[in-house]
Amino acid sequence: MLLAGGFAQALTPMNLLFALIGVFLGTAVGILPGIGPALTVALLLPVTFKLDPGGSLIMFAGIYYGGMYGGSTTAILLNTPGEAASVVTALEGNKMARQGRGGPALATAAIGSFVAGLVATIGIAFLAPVIVKVAVKFGPWDYFALMMIAFVTVSATFGNSPLKGLTSLALGLWLGLMGIDGLTGQARLTFGVPELLDGIEVTTLAVGLFAIGEALMVVSMHKTNAEKPMAIKGSIWMSLEDWKRSWKPWLRGAAIGFPIGGLPAGGAEVPTFLSYNLERKLCRDKNAFGNGAIEGVAGPEAANNASAAGTMVPLLTLGLPTSATAAVMLAGFQQYNIQPGPLLFVQHAQLVWTLIASLFIANAMLLVLNLPMIGLWVRLLKIPTPWLYAGILVFAAMGTIAANPSVVELIILVLFGIAGFLMRRYDYPVAPAVVGLILGPMADLQLRRALQISLGDPMVFLNHWSSATMLAIAFIALVAPFVFKGLSRFQAEED
Amino acid sequence: MAEVAPGGHQRWALDRPKLVTGIILLAFAAVTAYDAYSMSFRSAYGLNPNTASYLVAGILAILGIGHFISAARPSEGAAVVEADWKAVGMMGLALASLIACVYFGAGFIAGSTLLFAFTARAFGRKAFIVDVIIGFVIAVLIFLLFNKLLTLTLPMGPLERLI
Repeated sequence: MLLAGGFAQALTPMNLLFALIGVFLGTAVGILPGIGPALTVALLLPVTFKLDPGGSLIMFAGIYYGGMYGGSTTAILLNTPGEAASVVTALEGNKMARQGRGGPALATAAIGSFVAGLVATIGIAFLAPVIVKVAVKFGPWDYFALMMIAFVTVSATFGNSPLKGLTSLALGLWLGLMGIDGLTGQARLTFGVPELLDGIEVTTLAVGLFAIGEALMVVSMHKTNAEKPMAIKGSIWMSLEDWKRSWKPWLRGAAIGFPIGGLPAGGAEVPTFLSYNLERKLCRDKNAFGNGAIEGVAGPEAANNASAAGTMVPLLTLGLPTSATAAVMLAGFQQYNIQPGPLLFVQHAQLVWTLIASLFIANAMLLVLNLPMIGLWVRLLKIPTPWLYAGILVFAAMGTIAANPSVVELIILVLFGIAGFLMRRYDYPVAPAVVGLILGPMADLQLRRALQISLGDPMVFLNHWSSATMLAIAFIALVAPFVFKGLSRFQAEED
Repeated sequence: MAEVAPGGHQRWALDRPKLVTGIILLAFAAVTAYDAYSMSFRSAYGLNPNTASYLVAGILAILGIGHFISAARPSEGAAVVEADWKAVGMMGLALASLIACVYFGAGFIAGSTLLFAFTARAFGRKAFIVDVIIGFVIAVLIFLLFNKLLTLTLPMGPLERLI
């Protein structure tokens, strides 16, 4: 019933127009090489600032889905996946494009994303109220423990070494300390700079680390890489054979992606890898994979989209972002004065269901808009690299000073850009820093609330079975990679 | 631990970047701990505003030491690709000129034009004047769209006031 109300709200002509603009902009920016969905959302956030809350939310949903889809187009046509979750898509998708089957590859990615998005959004609509029922009973200790799980899994799943992932997370936590403490008014780590009193903007960190850092990284080695976009030859439509081979991977991908995205485990790349491996095992023709198998595009793309929708479950119901994209989206919600969490469903039920309805609409709009416009998107890929990155930098700087017009903000942006460059160069993941910045202060708040209730007794976290269990999970997830690494070295020495 | 053998063959080559990262992390930890130490507030039940600072300082210190241990270990050490520092420097100039333009009140359009042109040059473009013109057109368009249509505040300069 509430969902119907949400649709009624979202389906006005004006809001449909906002959704259309959002999907268009999201795809256009997301398609640019090196720009993943997190950065797309961060870059386009200023566009939505001055709209009414409903309209901006709807445009926002469109940007989000558009950015997701744009990433897969880059992976297929250019073989330069903008984010970890598109790496698998590039494996078979680029092979297909090289054989002149880029059209069907893009089509199966688009339709698969639509199917998976539809399944997953229905999942959100059903699952969210259930989780909210549980979440309203959560104490501060439970939230704190949940955030510990998110911290550990986000930094352990990204990148190749837990030490590097945790270091990136610690950078985010450190930045999260900056500014005035909400409970006591105490300034932390502001070094006497008044602009730092408000704390670090998540979007500034995301744009600096992702956009400026990526641009510096690309320019530092621009002589070594030169990928040309694949021309699309032949029909862009899928044949009957393609449909037959695609529909099962779509559904399987959605079934794998949604639950994993919903866990506070972060990272959409895990379900895409799982889906790829599953499809390869199930494929009858053993030679198909590695030579442009459409199943290898259909499954992972569906899994990617479903898991991205899955991250909306902890984000909306618990206020817990478990990926960089979700962290940036949370920052967006806060711009519109919306604080996700169980209370949101109770107090602003209409708004939540409008958002969920907009996700449906944006998803459908994506399909209608993108298949006929593939030609235009391909042309975007042909923008010469110098102009492309120059344009990205201008837009990134504009977004940052529009949100907060000050030189200090620009300098901070450039510093984050340098940090992002160095982190990329030495193989440190950047996403945990973004999650750390937004979750750190929240964890601090819950920790102190819990200790306030227990009159300073830290045992409060272990006396509740729920938080004790979650802390144990977080601890195991933290220690396991180091232990297993040690074990494997031990075995290696035995041999 | 990590000594270069007199013969010159480096069996225990120290991982320099990791060592530097470790030092930076320890420095951050020290700054954070000092900042927490110098806060003044009325004490309450274990919920002081500096508790989190001390926690983060502790995490940073542990990670710093972790980097030292990891740096001393003979690792496979993924080779870092040689960077084109001239191009990186040109891009630094691009970003610096934007900051300078905003700081000295030359405005958003001038800053963005320079940012665009220098960045394109960093990526190997030679036609500087053409890039300046393209950057200028893009900057004006962005300014019109965001300042006039979406009424966002962008840094104003003499040029912006004319439009």
